[in-house]
Amino acid sequence: MSESKNTIGRLLPYLLVGIYFGIIFTKSEVISWYRIQEMFRFQAFHMYGIISSAIAVAAISVQIIKRKGIRAFDGSEINIPPKVMGSGTRYWLGGTFFGLGWALTGACPGPMFALVGNGFLIMLVAILSAIAGTYAYGVLRPKLPH
Amino acid sequence: MIDFISQPWPWYVAGPLIGIVVPALFLIGGKQFGLSENLRHVCAILPGKVEFFNYNWRNGAWNLTLVAGIIIGGFISSTFLGNPDPVAISDATKSDLALLGVTQFDGLMPSEIFSWEGLASVRGLIMIVLGGFLVGFGSRYAGGCTSGHAISGLADLQLPSLIAVIGFFAGGLIATFFLLPIIL
Repeated sequence: MSESKNTIGRLLPYLLVGIYFGIIFTKSEVISWYRIQEMFRFQAFHMYGIISSAIAVAAISVQIIKRKGIRAFDGSEINIPPKVMGSGTRYWLGGTFFGLGWALTGACPGPMFALVGNGFLIMLVAILSAIAGTYAYGVLRPKLPH
Repeated sequence: MIDFISQPWPWYVAGPLIGIVVPALFLIGGKQFGLSENLRHVCAILPGKVEFFNYNWRNGAWNLTLVAGIIIGGFISSTFLGNPDPVAISDATKSDLALLGVTQFDGLMPSEIFSWEGLASVRGLIMIVLGGFLVGFGSRYAGGCTSGHAISGLADLQLPSLIAVIGFFAGGLIATFFLLPIIL
């Protein structure tokens, strides 16, 4: 009993962060297929403004965490593992596949779920397809260049 | 205030509110912001012997919980904070899309494509099923999506993330300027 209570207490903050995201994603219209088209056609600053100001705020915060050696609330050290470059193939090739899907569906993995909450149950099909795509990657992984 | 809540939020409000989640997740539990990993955790729940999914999905419970919250947040905003007006995209985008044959501009996405009827057409299948598949395949291949690479990765000045983001745009531009004119 106490263990399941702990689990709920441990996960609750993430549920709240998720709700917060769902509201921001919807209210800023980043979940809109039209907004993604507008971005890829370079016809408005909206999406670029959101992404770049999000990066700026995150970058400053991450630098403060790193330089001051700030710890998590539970006192544990915060590890920010660097990405492994390898040949780099996975980044440009995988990224291109992702970009194709992003423009077709008009949604990346977070917004897909926000759209379901907005009543677009059809996006459950896109999510199932994305799970299938993830599974396909897991199967093909040993054969793909990374 | 009511106006502000029901109107779409400008970029300089939404962007910082999204960005601040990156340090918040680090502080809450040392977690790195990245949303596509939840798709991998779902695969890890499924039975099977694929090595890539052979780990305890409970380590990703926080991410699955976060995504459940996103669904709830989407529901809350559409039900209580809804904006009745169409998405205010630029006139240029509207006329470009109209030229491609998009006729509906109300709601968040064109329901002629993103609906059960739309799914029954070739363009609906390509955009919803193939598009979704590529989102899942590509994000895992690249090791992250918009959140993991474009926001978390670039915020940590990771060169691999910059390459991934350039890939995101290469793919997006190919789909927008070469595929959509054929599909739509």
